[in-house]
Amino acid sequence: MILALILLPAIAAMAAFIIRRDSLRRPLLLGAALAHSTGVIIAWRMCPLHQFADWLVLDHLAMLFLSITSTLFLAAALYAVGYLAREERTGHRDSEEGLLFSNAPEATFTGCLLLFLSTMTLVAASQHFGILWVAVEATTLASAPLIHFHRHHRSLEATWKYLLICSVGIAVALLGNFFLAASVSHGAGGRGPHEMSMTVQQLVVNTGGLDVTWLKAAFLLFLVGYGTKMGLAPLHTWLPDAHSEAPSVISALLSGALLNCAFLAILRVYSVMAAAGLASFCQGLFIAFGLLSMGFAAIFIIVQSDYKRMLAYSSVEHMGILALGIGVGGAASLGALLHTLNHSLTKAMLFLVAGNILAAYKTKSTTQVRGLLRTLPVSGVLWVAGFLAITGSPPFGPFLSELKILMAAMVNHVAAAITCLALLAIIFVAMARIVLPMAFGLRQTAEADGGGGIFSAAQTKGETILSVLSPAALGLAVLVLGLYVPADLSNVIEQAVHSLGVP
Amino acid sequence: MNIWADAVIILVVLVNLKVLGSSRLVACIRIVAFQGIILGMLPLLANAGGLTLRMLPAAAASTILKGVVFPWLLIRAVRESGARREVEPIVGYTTSLLAGIAMIGAALWMGHRLPPQALAGRSLVLPAAFFTVMVGLFMIVSRRQAIMQVLGYLVMENGIYTFGMAMSESQPLMVELGILLDVFMAVFVMGITIYHINREFDHIDTDQMSALKD
Repeated sequence: MILALILLPAIAAMAAFIIRRDSLRRPLLLGAALAHSTGVIIAWRMCPLHQFADWLVLDHLAMLFLSITSTLFLAAALYAVGYLAREERTGHRDSEEGLLFSNAPEATFTGCLLLFLSTMTLVAASQHFGILWVAVEATTLASAPLIHFHRHHRSLEATWKYLLICSVGIAVALLGNFFLAASVSHGAGGRGPHEMSMTVQQLVVNTGGLDVTWLKAAFLLFLVGYGTKMGLAPLHTWLPDAHSEAPSVISALLSGALLNCAFLAILRVYSVMAAAGLASFCQGLFIAFGLLSMGFAAIFIIVQSDYKRMLAYSSVEHMGILALGIGVGGAASLGALLHTLNHSLTKAMLFLVAGNILAAYKTKSTTQVRGLLRTLPVSGVLWVAGFLAITGSPPFGPFLSELKILMAAMVNHVAAAITCLALLAIIFVAMARIVLPMAFGLRQTAEADGGGGIFSAAQTKGETILSVLSPAALGLAVLVLGLYVPADLSNVIEQAVHSLGVP
Repeated sequence: MNIWADAVIILVVLVNLKVLGSSRLVACIRIVAFQGIILGMLPLLANAGGLTLRMLPAAAASTILKGVVFPWLLIRAVRESGARREVEPIVGYTTSLLAGIAMIGAALWMGHRLPPQALAGRSLVLPAAFFTVMVGLFMIVSRRQAIMQVLGYLVMENGIYTFGMAMSESQPLMVELGILLDVFMAVFVMGITIYHINREFDHIDTDQMSALKD
């Protein structure tokens, strides 16, 4: 079953590379996404699911992350079908510098997108630290060509930074792997490495046999390595570039699914640390990285003039909140996992809406977009709702989960809680100053900003059903999660936190 | 740990210093390839029990990839891009070498902070691995050309391998091959990206890629 979930998108990807006609490839993408999410639903009934001894296991934690990935991918695939059709029609003139560019072949795009899904599924299922590393690195490689879909120099720059920074980060995590192995082979138990495999389950059971100094060093390397990929400040520098230059549908997946994968990898290491009685050592680091990320994000959101970059920094902020939640522990861990879901849904919706705005206005500048509510009625409403949701306003999902984290933090980490609250307030005001003028204000179209004269209003066709369906569905889910958390979901999250083994 | 393995480790350290001081792009690629080859030999030499069947595929794949495939890909990239053949460092060669000496010091210090028993009798391995990783990172930040940054990544990877090979029994074969495959794909994708950078910018200097910032 697990193997099927991993191989199905991979086979579809191969098919996408081979098929010549776009009209066949788009249904293939949609079909693979549907099949994958159906598979995930079936997997829920069989959870926990094992394959290859305990190398690939879909436990509750994995299922939570896999479900997020699969849902977002389905939404993104639906949006991508409309997006690819639109890209085919319109001319490719760069909105900022007026230069002409071409797109990467659609086969590459669809194929890499499906491979990306396959590798993210592998990340979710991996319980062996070596396989986990291979999978996380593979997500980088599968997604790099996606960022370079628009073939111009800025996307290229973003791709290069993404590839290099993430590869270096993940190389550091590989060193962490070897340190973990050293900690195993030099445990107090004195057991040879052959007797203990590097799977999470084995390590958690046998933590008595691990050497503490090596283990601590390994955790630091893992945190820095996977933290780079997760976008924790100050290792986040690739993130705003990649998110702003990639097509919006890719940004949605990067932000909503890929960052989570790295977070999951860190959680896997954390569960070993917790079992070894080193949870408090990790928690301090989590809180520090979390607050630092929020601080960085706040500063850069205040001065932001590009709305996609604003969303990217908001992702840095929310990764910080996740780290903070895990660092505080207890009920905040529950909040953090719930927030993972809420953030992914909300952020994916915002990026998809940002794609609609970019298509209509042909600019990413926050000052040139005005009157969104009139130009694009549905997207405009979703944009404002998404802003309210992502900044943690009631009645949306992120409000609930942030509240959970803050309430838990107030009990035993008062300083962190107050800092976090202050930063949330700053980010709320800063984003409101950007988002609200975009939504209200007078109607403007592409002609108004000079360079876009050739692309008259005729191309600003407004919204199609495909372009608003996905974000609207995601938005609805976020709203529902804010009003009512299903008992099944909270049950799963409790089980997942339990599997982390944090006292 | 026998004399041969020690010799390999010392060679790796010397190669690091050589790559920091080299001014020719192609020479750097060859030096790093040499480093990859001798590291590929390391598990065969370091293991007292001699050659085991399990090690052979990983060692062979690593040697072929790092010694033949990567240099071939990178040298081709240099030729096709018509890039200038100089390294053009941001930090000069002499300063780089001095930084290298400082890094050896730091690596030795870090190596002694960790309990060494895990690598019984292989006291040189840990500092050498740290040093190689640091040299790789240093190359990535101090060299302009995209190819040199890829080389830096490879040197870093070599450093991690130095560490991993010394205790090669800890990772199952499948994982080792998976890691190798990933590294290969990384270099491949980076190679393609370099090709695009070259077409787009007519050069492969990454310091001219500065459109994206806050």
